[in-house]
Amino acid sequence: MQVPAPIEYERATSVEHAIALRSQLGDEARFIAGGHSLLPMMKLRLANPTHLIDINDLNELFYIREADSEVRIGAMARHRDLLDSELLARHFPIFRDAERVIADPTVRNRGTLGGSLCQADPSEDLSAVCTAVDASCVITSSDGQRVVPMHAFHVGPYETAVANNEMLTEIRIPLRPGGGSAYQKVERRAGDWAVVSAGAAVWMDAGIIVDGRVGLAAVGPNTTSIQPVAEALAGAAPNEDLYQRVGEIAAGNCSPETDGRGTAAYKAHLAAELTRRALRTAVARAQGQET
Amino acid sequence: MQVNMTVNGAEVSEEIEPRHLLVHFIRDQLGLTGTHWGCDTSNCGTCVVLIDGEPVKSCTQLAAMAGGHDVTTVEGLEVDGVLDPVQEGFMQCHGLQCGFCTPGMMLTARALLNADPNPSEDVIREAISGQICRCTGYSTIVRSIQWAANHETSVSLGSAS
Repeated sequence: MQVPAPIEYERATSVEHAIALRSQLGDEARFIAGGHSLLPMMKLRLANPTHLIDINDLNELFYIREADSEVRIGAMARHRDLLDSELLARHFPIFRDAERVIADPTVRNRGTLGGSLCQADPSEDLSAVCTAVDASCVITSSDGQRVVPMHAFHVGPYETAVANNEMLTEIRIPLRPGGGSAYQKVERRAGDWAVVSAGAAVWMDAGIIVDGRVGLAAVGPNTTSIQPVAEALAGAAPNEDLYQRVGEIAAGNCSPETDGRGTAAYKAHLAAELTRRALRTAVARAQGQET
Repeated sequence: MQVNMTVNGAEVSEEIEPRHLLVHFIRDQLGLTGTHWGCDTSNCGTCVVLIDGEPVKSCTQLAAMAGGHDVTTVEGLEVDGVLDPVQEGFMQCHGLQCGFCTPGMMLTARALLNADPNPSEDVIREAISGQICRCTGYSTIVRSIQWAANHETSVSLGSAS
């Protein structure tokens, strides 16, 4: 039988209350959102918080809305909300692509966007998604808010820029014209962690890619953001040669390891091929050819 | 700590350890052993209960987190001796063999039918994809849920709660 070690439990009633509790309880306290990553880790003693601060009552963090040329998503938006959101499907179909293959519907009823990003698991899909769409994270403390881009949000595996007296409260995605995005994942069985995933987003003008990004999952600790990919895409005309080259850049900039899900060579191959497929679909969507 | 919640329509107030998982609280403390405890890793889905009408894997929730919420276990499907159409469907269409996955399957089916009274086979298969059955090959489970969809009555949980 797997049970977490003894803990103290607090339930936050507002963002301010949650941050006050976190500041007061220190680095042995953790926020618990959906709990579908944290509780399994606690059962295995991979995470050993002394206090859990339950943030499931923070209704102010459950939204997905458009404001100031951004899509803004509250940190407590659940996987199911991201999957069902017409706003996201319209502007960033990459979310629906990814959410269809994250865990299963029952798990998606609980898991949250903020929890997924704060877990900072290198195999986690939504980090790759948020990287591709150029998202930023709003981190709130009692002193106010700071906005951190995705590449600076993840400090390392299971480590984020969120300090002990802070809380991730919102994810912002800029709305720019001519956008298209897509996600590709290979998994051993339905609902599993990725063998490799690739997300791509492009913004186009007059048939040229103005800006493009790729986020990878499960191919090493620091591959959510690949700068050479963005450099290769900027100003390029989309064609198969470009996809081929960008796939190779993606594969060359990741560091997969051989494990039960496949060999390093197979994963590098997937990183290249899934990058190409995601880019191809993202461009088609940006040109209105595919939804 | 003290936890208060509604379980199958009844108020419960119990002293618990904060680390206590909801599945163990339901089985060991409330004695409702219809909720099964399986993989313990949120994969198999036999521990599913409804929290405020939504299927949740109770091995991956603290009992404390359910405080203040409305929990329905498989025991809550039957009302005053009348089986839920989902239960009836599992009987009519041989929706179980060993029965281990059945409580999670039936509760997930109930939540599905409350949201979508006439689901397609694809929608049913997607809805139960967080549940593992090693006996039936799923075909009879899908048929059971279709049977329930065709025999819905006002007894169903959604209208009762």
